Amino acid sequence: MGGDIVVNPINAGDTAWILVCCSLVLLMTPALALFYGGMVRRKNVLSTLTLSYIFMALIGVQWVVYGYSLAFGSDIKGLIGGLNFVGFTGVDALPNGNYSKTIPHGLFAAFQMMFAVITPALITGAFVERVKFKSFLLFSLLWATLVYDPLCHWVWGQGGWLKEMGVLDFAGGTVVHIAAGFSALAFALVIGPRKGYGKSPMEPNNIPLTVLGAGLLWVGWFGFNAGSALAANGIAVNALLTTNTSAATAGLVWMLLSWLDGRPSTLGIATGMVVGLAAVTPASGYVTPLAAMVIGGVAAPLSYYTMRFRDRRKLDESLDVWACHGISSSWGMVATGLFATMAVNSNGTNGLFFGNPGQIGVQLFAVMVTIIYCFGVTYVLAKLLSWSIGLRVTVMEEEVGLDISSHGERSYS
Amino acid sequence: MLKKIEAIIREDKVNDVKDALEKIGIVGLNMFEIRGHGRQGGIQLLGRAGTYQVNMLTKIQINIVLSDRNLEETIQTILDSAYTGEPGDGLLFVYPVEEVIRVRTRERGQDAVMYPGDIDERKGRAKVGH
Repeated sequence: MGGDIVVNPINAGDTAWILVCCSLVLLMTPALALFYGGMVRRKNVLSTLTLSYIFMALIGVQWVVYGYSLAFGSDIKGLIGGLNFVGFTGVDALPNGNYSKTIPHGLFAAFQMMFAVITPALITGAFVERVKFKSFLLFSLLWATLVYDPLCHWVWGQGGWLKEMGVLDFAGGTVVHIAAGFSALAFALVIGPRKGYGKSPMEPNNIPLTVLGAGLLWVGWFGFNAGSALAANGIAVNALLTTNTSAATAGLVWMLLSWLDGRPSTLGIATGMVVGLAAVTPASGYVTPLAAMVIGGVAAPLSYYTMRFRDRRKLDESLDVWACHGISSSWGMVATGLFATMAVNSNGTNGLFFGNPGQIGVQLFAVMVTIIYCFGVTYVLAKLLSWSIGLRVTVMEEEVGLDISSHGERSYS
Repeated sequence: MLKKIEAIIREDKVNDVKDALEKIGIVGLNMFEIRGHGRQGGIQLLGRAGTYQVNMLTKIQINIVLSDRNLEETIQTILDSAYTGEPGDGLLFVYPVEEVIRVRTRERGQDAVMYPGDIDERKGRAKVGH
């Protein structure tokens, strides 16, 4: 008899779908740049766009050199990945038993790269219009290395300690949104408000850019959530449906809240949609579309009134990363513990409403760990940079605007 | 004697005022978009979550240089066409003008602000020297 029967386990459908999803998630970073770029003043548009765009370059290199290995390399005590994938060594065209059973390992690594790119870009909403570019670059590299890569390992890496505890986080409620939201809060506390914040109005320069960004984010989020199934299957379809339903519900509820305060604001509706997307992210592959409606419907007022609270406290977390991502996705993590059902995803577990009250505790624990770790490390990093090389541009540079003072360009002439 | 009217009016009344001025024969004018506020101190706009106060609003400033004798009629026309009765209707300022010189013809004074079909021609007023 001949040799072993070799079955190529790579599935063309899965591979094609994740290639598309990888591109969709990549699109979210430019979309975020537009979303943020529209909300700042006209003298800081290019600066704000750059703060997001630069991550496609910065993490595009960091991830290949060592980021992926720290996140997904051989587990070291549940805390961090080893160095076996440094330089993408062994990240090849074959499937990987731990992460990508039916797609090439390199595709899994590329898909994950896009998450690593957008997560620190989300934080930039906290410190736009005043951050010193050099300090921002250094902070970002340190944050990716000390916060994102370990946290990603804890939740998604083989042997990661939170994963071993049975935490359900389908597409990055903890790793992406809570991490970004609470890091944004910590950074904003350290860097302080923009000059004139609370005294003179800081009007968005171009709401159409923001609305376009929100729309592209929604499209990209299909790749983010449905792609996290890592296969072209029913779980991916369910994730796409829950994602859409939550965004739709949150958009409607936000519109009503805005209407109660005067008029149905365009910026408000677009914001509500993004909040619904962030909220459903951890739950998307585990819950039904009806549960997603509750998730989006509750996320909207939670985030809306968090914004109002932040504004009343005169805390200049400028573009509300904490409210939009941190708070709504914390709720999403808890909601996963309520609504998760193995009828949707047999690889998951049941939540409280399906007879497993213990899952709530696991979810809450993961939320708390993520908040404490991300807030704490970010606060310390920001303080250290503030004491050493300084976090802010000078008052004069801030008044001139960062487009001219940091980049020597202007958006409109 | 030449006068200048600076009329600060609502952005949304620009076309009404322009049409009304054209009707009485005010041919030459220019305008800027300006930002400012008066007694009521701005308006509230909707933000992401709730409202915020905007105190510098876009207004239009129309500039007209004209003969003294056409002043009152022009002022009345602007007052009528710019009026809504709500706060924010604007203000008119009137100044004396020292000199006007048309670049192409080097005409000076009143001659420099006369146009074919303008308010004077319609009224059959004679061109007067200065």
